[in-house]
Amino acid sequence: MLKLLKHALPVLTIAFALSPVPEAWSEYGDVVLNRRSEQAGMAPVVFPHWFHRVRFRCKVCHSELGFEMRAGANDVTMNEIVQGKFCGTCHNGEIAWSAENCGLCHSGLPGLKSRIHGGHETLGPGRW
Amino acid sequence: MKLSRSCMVGLLASGLLGASSLYLWAADSRQWKSLEKDGLHDPENPALKVMQPPGAALRLLPPDSAGNLVNWVKALRDRYINPRTNLYETTQVRILDSDILMKRTAEMPYVLFPHRAHTEWLDCSNCHEKLFKSQAGTTPVNMLAILQGQYCGQCHGAVSFPLTECNRCHSVPRSSVGVPQTAK
Ligand code: HEC
Ligand code: HEC
Ligand code: HEC
Ligand code: HEC
Ligand code: HEC
Ligand code: HEC
Repeated sequence: MLKLLKHALPVLTIAFALSPVPEAWSEYGDVVLNRRSEQAGMAPVVFPHWFHRVRFRCKVCHSELGFEMRAGANDVTMNEIVQGKFCGTCHNGEIAWSAENCGLCHSGLPGLKSRIHGGHETLGPGRW
Repeated sequence: MKLSRSCMVGLLASGLLGASSLYLWAADSRQWKSLEKDGLHDPENPALKVMQPPGAALRLLPPDSAGNLVNWVKALRDRYINPRTNLYETTQVRILDSDILMKRTAEMPYVLFPHRAHTEWLDCSNCHEKLFKSQAGTTPVNMLAILQGQYCGQCHGAVSFPLTECNRCHSVPRSSVGVPQTAK
């Protein structure tokens, strides 16, 4: 009996941890970056993973360009982007449209926190 | 005569194939929210009009039942997509084709970790040595830590298929004793 409990416990805990989080159904893997934007009067930035991974493998951003794999961990500034760092490595008018298109990146609703979003969310890293 | 007959068979077969893929397409019940209604984008933002709605791109890719509703491994393997591996010419693109069998799974089936499917997308440095040691069996991985976003849970549950898909990781039956370390 005790042995059974010991085995059932992790599975039960897991089942609890996975029970759905009530939240709007944004696309899986979307990241909000809002360390600085709203404070500076701009809408939060929404970064869609699904759109970029069709075009680039993870290693391009998370190894070559050095984006930390943790929402909110990269302190990105607009100056650096215009100088060709972070998003600006590609959003420079060559690989992709340039940083002049403010609304395409600064597209989030007011008040969003920096973290990963998505409809099938589990207790992923962004929640801790 | 013989030729035209095989032609007919070919035509018929491709017709059938076409019909069945049309059927599959019609039966694709996957749904993605529009950007205006996803609770993330500001519906007032005029830029949304020029952005691609997820469904328009993702519907063309092989289906899955969770996450983006796309089987990304298949999408890459079957060349539905061919995302860039590097921006700089000098970058070494490293692929490793070896599987690791992870057996500390209590009563669940064993976990098979495939290096190939991962290194097609990721670089070694995304996992080694920060998340995992480069020696099988030495990293203290466990399910609760994974659910809290550590180890496999850094990506699975965030960007890669979510942790609700137990069987995709726990894929090797415990009864299959003596599975070689490199079983496919
Ligand atoms: C075009 C660049 C780009 C590509 C390609 C990309 N990412 Fe990201 N990724 C980002 C950015 C930007 C962030 C957010 C960083 C931040 O908030 O500081 C991020 C964040 C993450 C996070 C952190 C999520 C969290 O919950 O904290 C994970 C995990 C991740 N990416 C995994 C992946 C995987 C797996 C792939 C490939 C399938 C991938 N990324 C492809 C740019 C990219
Ligand atoms: C390619 C995407 C992208 C585009 C285009 C873009 N931004 Fe940003 N911007 C960002 C990101 C990412 C951040 C950092 C987000 C955060 O953590 O708040 C940022 C931050 C900012 C900030 C915060 C303070 C600072 O100086 O860093 C301001 C202000 C800003 N952007 C203004 C603009 C304006 C104005 C435009 C159009 C001329 C623009 N941005 C276009 C991605 C973009
Ligand atoms: C590795 C190159 C790369 C990096 C880094 C990158 N992007 Fe992009 N991004 C692209 C490309 C390519 C496109 C498509 C451009 C086109 O369609 O002309 C794109 C498109 C987009 C779009 C529009 C999606 C749509 O629906 O049309 C947004 C929003 C975006 N990027 C935001 C960002 C933000 C925010 C960052 C930084 C956090 C970033 N990108 C970093 C390459 C990149
Ligand atoms: C992304 C891959 C992945 C997914 C998805 C996954 N697991 Fe695991 N699981 C693991 C790994 C890796 C271990 C540790 C194996 C080792 O160290 O030998 C593990 C261990 C376990 C254990 C052993 C006890 C413990 O706490 O570590 C249990 C029980 C378990 N998983 C249950 C589940 C259940 C139930 C689900 C689905 C809700 C699930 N797992 C989904 C990868 C996964
Ligand atoms: C997605 C994460 C991930 C990536 C990317 C990755 N590995 Fe691993 N690797 C693992 C895991 C998990 C283990 C098993 C660790 C354990 O059991 O403690 C492992 C184990 C290893 C081992 C030990 C194998 C053995 O039989 O003892 C080597 C060597 C290794 N990896 C090399 C590489 C190289 C080289 C690359 C890049 C080409 C790479 N790995 C990319 C996750 C990864
Ligand atoms: C650094 C990010 C990352 C980590 C860490 C990671 N994965 Fe993955 N994994 C991916 C990506 C990217 C894919 C491609 C599919 C997708 O994105 O849904 C994938 C796919 C898989 C697949 C599907 C293979 C197939 O052929 O369909 C399995 C199984 C898997 N991972 C197991 C694991 C296990 C077990 C661990 C931990 C030991 C782990 N992963 C850790 C990123 C990661």
